[in-house]
Amino acid sequence: MSDAAMGMNQAANSGASSGPLIAADGIPLKQKLAKTTRRMKIQAFMLTVPLVLFLLVSFVLPIGQMLYRSVHNPTGSNVMPNFAVAIKDWDGQGLPSEEIFEVFVKDMTAAKKNREVGKTIGNLATRVNYEIPGSRSLFTKTARKTKNITEGPYKEALFAIDKRWDSPQLWLTLQRVTNDYTIAFYLAATDRKFDEKGNIVLADELYQIYLPILWKTIWLSALITGLCFIIAYPVAYLLSTLPLRTSNLLMILVLLPFWTSLLVRTSAWIAMLQTEGIINNVFVYLGFISDENRIQMIYNMTGTVISMVHILLPFMILPLYSVMKTIPPSYMRAARSMGASGTYAFTKVYFPQTIPGIAAGTLLVFILAIGYYITPALVGGSDGLLISNLIADHIKKTLNWSLGAALGTILLVVVLIFYWLYNKLVGVDNLKFG
Amino acid sequence: MKLTKLLASTAIGAAVAFGASAASAKELTVVSWGGAYTKSQVEAYHKPYIAKTGVKIKSEDYNGGIAEIKAQVEAGNVTWDIVDVELSDAIRACDEGLLETIDHSALPAGADGTPAKDDFLAGTLYDCAVANIVWSTIFAYDSSKMANGPKTMADFFDVAKFPGKRGLRKGAKVNLEFALIADGVAAKDVYGVLATPEGVDRAFKKLDTIKKDVVWWEAGAQPPQMLADGEVAMTTAYNGRIFNAVAGEGKPFEIVWDGQVWDLDLWVIPKGAKNKDTAMDFLKFSTATEQLAKQASYISYGPARKSSAPLVGKYDGKDIDMGPQMPTNPANLANAVQNNFEFWADNADQLNERFNAWLAK
Repeated sequence: MSDAAMGMNQAANSGASSGPLIAADGIPLKQKLAKTTRRMKIQAFMLTVPLVLFLLVSFVLPIGQMLYRSVHNPTGSNVMPNFAVAIKDWDGQGLPSEEIFEVFVKDMTAAKKNREVGKTIGNLATRVNYEIPGSRSLFTKTARKTKNITEGPYKEALFAIDKRWDSPQLWLTLQRVTNDYTIAFYLAATDRKFDEKGNIVLADELYQIYLPILWKTIWLSALITGLCFIIAYPVAYLLSTLPLRTSNLLMILVLLPFWTSLLVRTSAWIAMLQTEGIINNVFVYLGFISDENRIQMIYNMTGTVISMVHILLPFMILPLYSVMKTIPPSYMRAARSMGASGTYAFTKVYFPQTIPGIAAGTLLVFILAIGYYITPALVGGSDGLLISNLIADHIKKTLNWSLGAALGTILLVVVLIFYWLYNKLVGVDNLKFG
Repeated sequence: MKLTKLLASTAIGAAVAFGASAASAKELTVVSWGGAYTKSQVEAYHKPYIAKTGVKIKSEDYNGGIAEIKAQVEAGNVTWDIVDVELSDAIRACDEGLLETIDHSALPAGADGTPAKDDFLAGTLYDCAVANIVWSTIFAYDSSKMANGPKTMADFFDVAKFPGKRGLRKGAKVNLEFALIADGVAAKDVYGVLATPEGVDRAFKKLDTIKKDVVWWEAGAQPPQMLADGEVAMTTAYNGRIFNAVAGEGKPFEIVWDGQVWDLDLWVIPKGAKNKDTAMDFLKFSTATEQLAKQASYISYGPARKSSAPLVGKYDGKDIDMGPQMPTNPANLANAVQNNFEFWADNADQLNERFNAWLAK
């Protein structure tokens, strides 16, 4: 027995009747214990620091920035700082006052000279153009001329440059745009907009795109998940029940495509499915279809579904397989020996035990599918595009990053809602990946 | 935005660390559209420039747009030194302060001594951009599969008379112009009509008539491939790509110039480019009379300088006159539209939204 332990023993003996337990060095035992566990906790925490930092840098910060960008767009106040302050308290009735016009003209002249990124007239013009399409040139054109306006009345001078400035809607929009925080991008992302009076209304039907595509993305993902399940279940069953030699060979057939580059697999489907492709050629050769009536199987929704089912299939097969592998075959035999029919034994004994694998596989495939991007971009053509393709479009082509961020946030929320629903229905504790 | 600043400063730190070595080695990153087009630039610009100055040129491909330029400039880590862009993108990027301004008086005079500002075609010099070529979107078909082929833009939209799939670039731009021309709008009135809501409806209605037969393409190299594969009976394309498939690979493609929409490609230098001075030097070199003329002998895009036109000869060692292949050849301009960059700067966002909505239906 060490000295310290002896001390503790003595302390325990003596302290039985009088107050807290004391360690050999006179510190209460409780404190001493707390100190030790704290040190261990810190040690444990230090071990996770790299992971925490990684998550912070690669997940929390970018997602936080995306959330922030979707409501925060300081273009207006960056380009026209004084005007932003001046119009803030305008009541929105008719046109703003002459003083506000004066600040506007002066800010515009100053902004015209500014070549700093994010603070040019072009930036403001682009921002306003999101809300009033076609107004971009109004700003660039006017900015070339405002330096000639040296004295009032500024209102008339501006109207003389272009009649379009005489529009209450334009000034209401400018008031909104010079406010750094906005819900405009969420409105746009849900096919809504501000009308002339500043009320929120649905966009013209011909311009509604985001909600229909979001619904389509959700049901296509569900369809793809369903198809994956139907195909994967028997395959996983075979994999787990066949003799080792055959099942290994089968496993390689599942894994080989899984290890192949995504782009290669997608391109392979293009070669297979295009109208002059292998499948159509075989059909024509066999006389199923005539040469003029080749089937369009790619560059549309069919192409997206076929190639995505193929690409996501391993994500369904592998969790199913790993769960099925743990189910002893004797269970089924026992059920059969007690008189259950094949179907009955399967539905009552086998199937329920595979549910954790089904849960993991469907969740995995569904979440991967809902954010899928490359495959639909390559084979989606006109009607096989998903919401992530539109997000990419706004990040890469139109450069409307705020709208891209708003759409991304909506997609994130949708995924979280499904996850929550899933948790309610299946229970996340029931997931089993292997 | 604290985060942006943090990222920017890290990027700058890295840039400074790497920049020191890059500057001494004299490198230049030239970004263009890839395929036959980049090849023509490598032959006409890069190789002679490397031979003359010893600068190492890194050639990168992209698919247009100003997203990468914007991202690089905003992060303060500009790795592209000089970029070949479309006019509407050049204007927008310049408006948003993403580009270096270019002093036109520094451009070399034409071979005949004409000052640069008079030697360049009207409307090819901008505050931040200098044009190198005139290119065009046309449509083409495979003459071996269609003996009596289409002649006009209206034929392209006539699937009863000319059955088969059509290839179109995925996006509103140019397609709406084509649709209106096919619907009988005169080339000079196209943007006037398109500026009205009825005009836009009319264009989409015309596109509706072929929608189910369309295969959409995005990269310039796709349409000649789709035509060669028989995936489409006819397709819109950049004229130089079709010409190169014909002249270089002997494909039996035929270009229809009726209703062509022509546009410019320009050099721009992203703001804060690491090798800005070398980029400017390269820009001056490549837009000189001789280089522009030389590029035109590798691909059928018209040089932006008047003094280059007489120097354009035959295609890369073969007996094909380049003159008649140019978008600017008078016979080809009979019914042609010049892309209106201002219209698209104003309306691209909205029309692309409607286009995407139309596409998804």
